[in-house]
Amino acid sequence: MAERIMSASAALAEALIEEMHRDQSVFIVGEDLTAHSGIFGQFKGIPEKYPDRIIDTPISEAAIMGIGIGASITGMRPIVDIHFSDFITCCMDELCNQGAKIRYMFGGQVKLPFVLFCPDGAGLRGAAQHSQSLEAWMMHIPGLKVVVPSEAADVKGLMKASIRDDDPVVFFQHKKLFAKQGVVPESDYQIPLGQAAVKRLGNDVSLLCYGAGYYLCQEAAVELYSRDIDVEIVDIRTLKPLDIKTVAKSIQKTHRAVIVHEACLTGGFGAELAALIQDEMFDDLDSPIKRVAAKDVPIPFSPPMEDFVLPSVSDVISAVHSVVYR
Amino acid sequence: MEKDKKKMLGLYRLMVTIRQFEIMAGDDFAAGVIPGFIHLSIGQEASSVGVCSCLRKDDYVTTTHRGHGHMIAKGADLNKMAAELYGKKTGYCKGKGGSMHIADFSIGILGANGIVAGGLPIVTGAGFSIMMRKTDQVAVCFFGDGASNRGTVHESMNMASIWKLPIIFVVENNQYASTTPSTYSYSVKDLSVRAAGYEMPGITVDGNDVLAVRKAAKVAIERARSGYGPTFIENKTYRIRGHFEGDPQRYRDQEDVYAQSTKNDPIERFGSTLSKNKVLNDQIIKQIWNDVSLELDKAKEFAEQSPFPEPEEALEDLYVNVKTTGWE
Repeated sequence: MAERIMSASAALAEALIEEMHRDQSVFIVGEDLTAHSGIFGQFKGIPEKYPDRIIDTPISEAAIMGIGIGASITGMRPIVDIHFSDFITCCMDELCNQGAKIRYMFGGQVKLPFVLFCPDGAGLRGAAQHSQSLEAWMMHIPGLKVVVPSEAADVKGLMKASIRDDDPVVFFQHKKLFAKQGVVPESDYQIPLGQAAVKRLGNDVSLLCYGAGYYLCQEAAVELYSRDIDVEIVDIRTLKPLDIKTVAKSIQKTHRAVIVHEACLTGGFGAELAALIQDEMFDDLDSPIKRVAAKDVPIPFSPPMEDFVLPSVSDVISAVHSVVYR
Repeated sequence: MEKDKKKMLGLYRLMVTIRQFEIMAGDDFAAGVIPGFIHLSIGQEASSVGVCSCLRKDDYVTTTHRGHGHMIAKGADLNKMAAELYGKKTGYCKGKGGSMHIADFSIGILGANGIVAGGLPIVTGAGFSIMMRKTDQVAVCFFGDGASNRGTVHESMNMASIWKLPIIFVVENNQYASTTPSTYSYSVKDLSVRAAGYEMPGITVDGNDVLAVRKAAKVAIERARSGYGPTFIENKTYRIRGHFEGDPQRYRDQEDVYAQSTKNDPIERFGSTLSKNKVLNDQIIKQIWNDVSLELDKAKEFAEQSPFPEPEEALEDLYVNVKTTGWE
């Protein structure tokens, strides 16, 4: 299979162009999509290639989300772009009361194959309303699926799977990771929703992560290896549906787990995963499960404060030391 | 009056069907057979029948928590409607929706809605989809005077306007948003003036005159179908029952309700027009009411005799391709 090095952003655009070519019902709708090919340039090439299928809207998040719903229940496959994931608060009714529930409350009469694409995450000095990681909210709503890719190849494969999926998918793309380069296959491949990936093999601790947290774990792994601690890294990739089998297999080998995410600690994905692990794998554990996450405050603006609030590589390293007791 | 007598009789019968369905639902709710809460559209039949009778089967409708009338007017099956209200497995939504969440996608009904003004962004999406698919369908959004104050109305009407989406926004101004009189919650005399802010035609209609509603709806639908964009219709009507069944209604004088129900009843008004034009007489009226009554008896019997869903069926229909909760 031919491969290239490309950015996550380019991988995303490639996935979208391939899917738009394959299926006429796929279109993209949102604010400021065409002038600069998305505010992060994530739709590069699409306005030129499919001018009628990437549509700029007024600043009206509720109605934009409504387009995702209304169009998906009438035969289309919309991709709804919300500038910053923080703005989903402006369309929460449409997403959570309508989109997530329509299939269920109407007795399965209809399917809603839309993707909500949300750039998220901190580290760009975006302050409190442009930096959040809200995946735990979405996970808590039955009816939604939640995808949080880390590497460019995952972005492509997961986006293609999300578009072809017949249920609503909330796709969180970390803003800082758009530019991240990675090896991406050229072929038409999908990464099934609900399939985690073991991206580093190790025997001492399982680092369970996704999105930006994955890169903290990779960096920590190198340092820990030099300290004679060999970690395994499981990139969760889709929080819902969750691939608990891959997590279990890893923990049954290492008997220790550290969960890493950039979202703040309380009520986060880590809490849910830790509960599941203790419930299903209690006897496999040799130490308590640790969580590494952002501190429970809104993301502050000033660089020293933002860096302090976000989880760091050294936080991961400390957490690993605390579970291996050395 | 319109010339097609058969059509006129059909409209009358449909209005009577809605009325009797609502009375049945109210009675069964009071008797404790229908669980939850229900919101009846008694007195508003001219609006739903007037608009929906001008639509094609493949046109779309979104409706509200007070949506039984719109469902029936668009052609919904009475058995499945009744069974859903009863919480039965044979209902439109297999008992998962209830009165506030009925839909029939096979006839273009994209759903009732428990969220006030929740249908507007959805209808915008349906209109957008029509534009993308280049069909000549139209989409109607029913909402109330209470809903008209929500932000989604502004977002949706603006979008419909800039893209000339084939949408008819129908506000049924029944004078009360739950307990709040409409005169309290907006500053204009007629809500239809708001359409001017979107360069959209806006018209206020006597919403208890089914023929007046039809006239306005036909123009709006033709306009939408021909690609000229959305229209805003305000049907001025009156909510005879409380906001919900069991509403103590301390916010209004029952004499007003009585006056409206005796002097402004849309069915009696239409019946009287038809009688004057020799389309109806007392005997035919009696016959129609009896026929509808029998039809509803059957719907009620169907609902009563249908089984409840198995409790475990609560875990079905969430995702298309993931069983139960999605964690497996």
